Amino acid sequence: MSNGPDAPRAIVAAHGDLAAGLVSAVERITGRGAMLSAMSNVALGADEMEAAMRARIADGLHAIFTDLPSGSWTMATRRAMRGNDHVVLVTGVNLAALLEFVMRDDLAPADAARACIDRARGAISLVGGGGRAS
Amino acid sequence: MPLELFRIDDRLIHGQVVVGWGQPMRLGFIVLVDDEVAASEWERELYRMGVPPEVDVVFETVEGAAARIDEFARDPRPGILLTGDVDSMARLAQACGRVRTVNLGGIHHRAGRAQRLRYVFLAPEEEQALRALEQTGIAVTAQDVPGARPVPLHDVLAGKGE
Repeated sequence: MSNGPDAPRAIVAAHGDLAAGLVSAVERITGRGAMLSAMSNVALGADEMEAAMRARIADGLHAIFTDLPSGSWTMATRRAMRGNDHVVLVTGVNLAALLEFVMRDDLAPADAARACIDRARGAISLVGGGGRAS
Repeated sequence: MPLELFRIDDRLIHGQVVVGWGQPMRLGFIVLVDDEVAASEWERELYRMGVPPEVDVVFETVEGAAARIDEFARDPRPGILLTGDVDSMARLAQACGRVRTVNLGGIHHRAGRAQRLRYVFLAPEEEQALRALEQTGIAVTAQDVPGARPVPLHDVLAGKGE
């Protein structure tokens, strides 16, 4: 697989159209949406999701972002990762995580995925409501 | 009855179950009835990791769940019983005689199945098994999330649910 800027470096797998929406936002902000491959779970059973994820891993995509830790993509991905110790999974994906990921193209995809976790966590804050902003 | 939902869902524990159904009903426990999952520590751990810590997960075979159904029914916490396929739910219903309603939550495409709803695909033998459940007095409806309209089995099989 090519490592050029237009080649996917990671999978974003989420409920409904969320993954496509996140990738669209990454493209709008950075022009690097092509580095992410979006997958939806719509109309897919568990076996189909696992097979689809295995196929993408076999294609050479070794960094995977999913939305819910308890979600069906996370379950399917964890199954597909068995025997693929080089694959990394980040759950609870948000836009900040993906922006960090695509900007860290100096790192291997798996390392870039690890590196974006703090950025993702830090993007969640509470403002207003009578409490202190964090 | 504390077991509030008997659901057939081939994804078993996932977002719709844990969040969509679980949070409004203040879910206390899930009984996951699947012979293969019950036999695999790796599978059990996978599903255990998918639920918040305040929700207990019990893994049982069909036979084991039937034997413990009264124990689950006495649990004061709201619970969901899940099977991954029609056959397991039919065998459970026959074995325990305590199933009154069955929720079709997600049975997805597979060779030999025909689409009935957006999230329900059924093979002829599965349709026959569901009809047989209804003939024993069990109400079978399709409903993926709590806010959706429950679709009676007759309408599901007629493809008139959506």
